[in-house]
Amino acid sequence: MELFYPVTPTHYLVLSACLFGIGVAGVLSRRNIFISLMSLELMLNAVNLTFVTFSRINGDLTGHVIVLFVVAVAAAEACVGLAIVIALFRLKETVDLDLFKSLKG
Amino acid sequence: MLEAVVFYILAAALLGFGLLVITRTNPIASALSMVGAFGALAALYALLQATLIAIIQILVYAGGIMVLVIFVIMLLNLHEEDLKPMKARAGTVLLSLLAVFGLVLGPVFLAVFPKGNWKWAALTNDFGSIFTVGEKVFSDYLFPFEMLSLLLLAAIVGALVLSKRKL
Repeated sequence: MELFYPVTPTHYLVLSACLFGIGVAGVLSRRNIFISLMSLELMLNAVNLTFVTFSRINGDLTGHVIVLFVVAVAAAEACVGLAIVIALFRLKETVDLDLFKSLKG
Repeated sequence: MLEAVVFYILAAALLGFGLLVITRTNPIASALSMVGAFGALAALYALLQATLIAIIQILVYAGGIMVLVIFVIMLLNLHEEDLKPMKARAGTVLLSLLAVFGLVLGPVFLAVFPKGNWKWAALTNDFGSIFTVGEKVFSDYLFPFEMLSLLLLAAIVGALVLSKRKL
């Protein structure tokens, strides 16, 4: 019972590590470029949860400020990433990552 | 007790939606699961007294970024037969999950858990409110904040250049 209750910071940290792991597994195992991008967002969000948890542990708001910055950078990343997807789709008519191998030696 | 119940419901929803994101064939289904995951995450932020972050999570992630993703997925108009070859293979997904959790996260948990005796700090009532976080952003982190606006401008211009047919 002590493992599950009360909810300690460790619970939140383990939860965010699990979310990060799911994101990594998504990037590793899927070929659809959209799902890879969304797994990337999952990883960013897992890190945000860690920042907020440590902010709560230390009673310091710096973590919240960094989360705001990460969200802004994630928005920029999503916008440029999706523009690249559109450009790639125009060129190859597909969103399959395995078919984008022109740079492979 | 109530806090623990809410935490476990939200954690299960978050991980469940996360698994749905990486296993669906149709990217629209993935994107909608992602919105669900962001909702659960926002509730977790609220549970951690990060009110502003919870609101931003809903506004920017669920409202902004995911709308952009869904918009692009629908713009490309992929058909069932285009998506078939990119179906999630259960073996590959399970193998990568096992690899990530067994080889990387498992040992980390085992190493950190016995020593992880972090305690919650005692907080004032306005911790994480718009006022206190805004005060921090516009005093200690003013320069990075301004740099962020340059980054967003560069991203807008970059996205336009990349997605325009002819310059």
